[in-house]
Amino acid sequence: MEPLNGNNLGTSSKNKSIGKRYILTGVIILLSAFSFGLVGALQYTSPGLFKNVLSFEKVRPLHVSSAVFWILLAACGSVTHYLAEVKGKLWSVRLSNVQWYLFTGSIILILLSYLFGIFGGREYWEFHPLLAGPIILAWLFFIINVFKSIGSFRNQPVYVWMWMTGVVFFLFTFLESYLWLIPSFRSDVVKDMTIQWKSYGSMVGGWNMLIYGCSIYLMDKISGSQKYSYSKIAFTLYFLGLFNLMFNWGHHIYTLPAPKLIQYISYGVSMTELLLLGRIIYFWRSSVNTLKKNYHILPYRFLFAADLWIFLTLLLAIVMSIPAINIYTHGTHITVAHTMGATIGINSFLLLSFTFDIFNIHQQKVVRQISLGLYLSLASLFIFWLSLIIAGVLRADWQMHSSTVPFSVMMLSLRPYFIVFLISGVALFTGFFIIIFSLLRYHLSQKSVDKTLTLKKIKTAPNVLHN
Amino acid sequence: MTDKIKSTILFTFIFMFLCYSFYLYKKSYDGTATVSESPADKGKRIWQEKNCNACHQVYGLGGYLGPDLTNIYSSRGEAHIKAFLQSGTNIMPAFALNDDEVSQLLAYLKSMDATGVAAPDKLKINYDGTIER
Ligand code: HEC
Repeated sequence: MEPLNGNNLGTSSKNKSIGKRYILTGVIILLSAFSFGLVGALQYTSPGLFKNVLSFEKVRPLHVSSAVFWILLAACGSVTHYLAEVKGKLWSVRLSNVQWYLFTGSIILILLSYLFGIFGGREYWEFHPLLAGPIILAWLFFIINVFKSIGSFRNQPVYVWMWMTGVVFFLFTFLESYLWLIPSFRSDVVKDMTIQWKSYGSMVGGWNMLIYGCSIYLMDKISGSQKYSYSKIAFTLYFLGLFNLMFNWGHHIYTLPAPKLIQYISYGVSMTELLLLGRIIYFWRSSVNTLKKNYHILPYRFLFAADLWIFLTLLLAIVMSIPAINIYTHGTHITVAHTMGATIGINSFLLLSFTFDIFNIHQQKVVRQISLGLYLSLASLFIFWLSLIIAGVLRADWQMHSSTVPFSVMMLSLRPYFIVFLISGVALFTGFFIIIFSLLRYHLSQKSVDKTLTLKKIKTAPNVLHN
Repeated sequence: MTDKIKSTILFTFIFMFLCYSFYLYKKSYDGTATVSESPADKGKRIWQEKNCNACHQVYGLGGYLGPDLTNIYSSRGEAHIKAFLQSGTNIMPAFALNDDEVSQLLAYLKSMDATGVAAPDKLKINYDGTIER
């Protein structure tokens, strides 16, 4: 077993600050995701709102892309930071810098393009194909940096395997999602949708590999032992996850007139996720006991919150992977509930747990504020999620007896649930706002402390020389 | 687990994944393929450029604010669709499309309609949990 390099003393400040920069950019984009989410929710409850200035076809991609970029930026930042921690330093801080500029530049252009009514029009993550160029380039730089920093592939812990597969798979699926630009891929509508959902379904698995890898690293760090990351069970679960990433995307398109093989493969593979669920329940208590370390209280609390959501989301995902149930849930708000559980409940809480590990906050007052934000968002996310599920069940009932009631009447009957969704969404936003605001304020105050320290050092330096 | 076993598993998975991917890339699905630069292909581009998908679904995939449009062509007909495109609704913008663009969008919706039926209540559920059309 190799020694754990947690909070490696040799990691230079340059190596540390680059990961932080990604994360800070990410949380700002997360605020944008929430703001446009709020506008979208308002448009659900008051149809026609802002129709002339900010119609829903603009609001939706503004919200979705902001959310995806928050996840990508924070995941890149966490992997970058932890890689430097594990290996002592990053292969190239400069390359990581260039990657950041490419990312940030294209994010700004992408968000602006929506405002001007320029779309990619794909489902669900879309922007003009030209803007994918800099993102592909940035990701290539990331891959180079990850592989070069890792160096030798021998006897690596499971999280390093996850980072390596995650970065490569993300690029593969991202490129695959642009195959439609080749006429023979898009001319057949069903084929186009099949490949589109193959790529986007697996892409989520790609970034999840990065995030789950970081969470295993962090759990090791908190528990002070690396036994798990080298264990057989860790690698078995990693391969199970990878297998699911590659083959279970078909549940998005069960109802398409695509080859039946896709349905059988996806259905079968998805059921292997039951093993993951079984393990989570089995280790629930023990993981809680070993992880409970006061020193890491914030990362620990966010990890715990994510654990809860992994359980709920996986349960829902497994149910939705059964084709006979999927024809009820497909195309309804139950799918949205699942996405929200996965992106907020799992991804965002995990990313924030890395964030608070990386920013290493111990001031009692700040810890209390952030925990308050976490509890508020946890509770409101649950209500938010339930309201979507109930709206989804009602819509499913309508879909299965679609001939009689018009669409607009059905939508009107869902309004009470959309209102609960809006109110809990506002509470959720407030919770996250408290978390992000406290983080940013803490960071700025630390920066000014650092500055005064440096100034003091400079001032006292000549005296030292004179003496 | 030794490094050798791990890499063998990894490369087997990658190989299987690539075989599956290329099988799907090669396969043709519905027999209603449209030729590139045909009116339906152009209509598809308009569908994407206007981001109709943000509000509408096709085969249950897309936004949730408006109805699924997979079979709108056969269920409501051209005149109905044209009317919506021209005047919009209190939620849907009135897209200022010219006649060519409207007919291209119609050609796209027609080709989409020909691929199959999207309504989930038309699908048959088997005892093993699979579904069939
Ligand atoms: C901002 C959301 C939004 C966008 C964008 C949008 N629509 Fe709509 N559309 C709606 C809503 C809402 C309805 C009305 C549903 C109702 O009241 O029954 C609708 C209705 C329709 C209908 C009539 C459906 C029926 O069942 O009678 C058609 C056809 C249609 N839209 C086509 C399009 C096309 C084509 C585009 C892209 C060029 C588009 N829509 C973009 C929201 C939108």
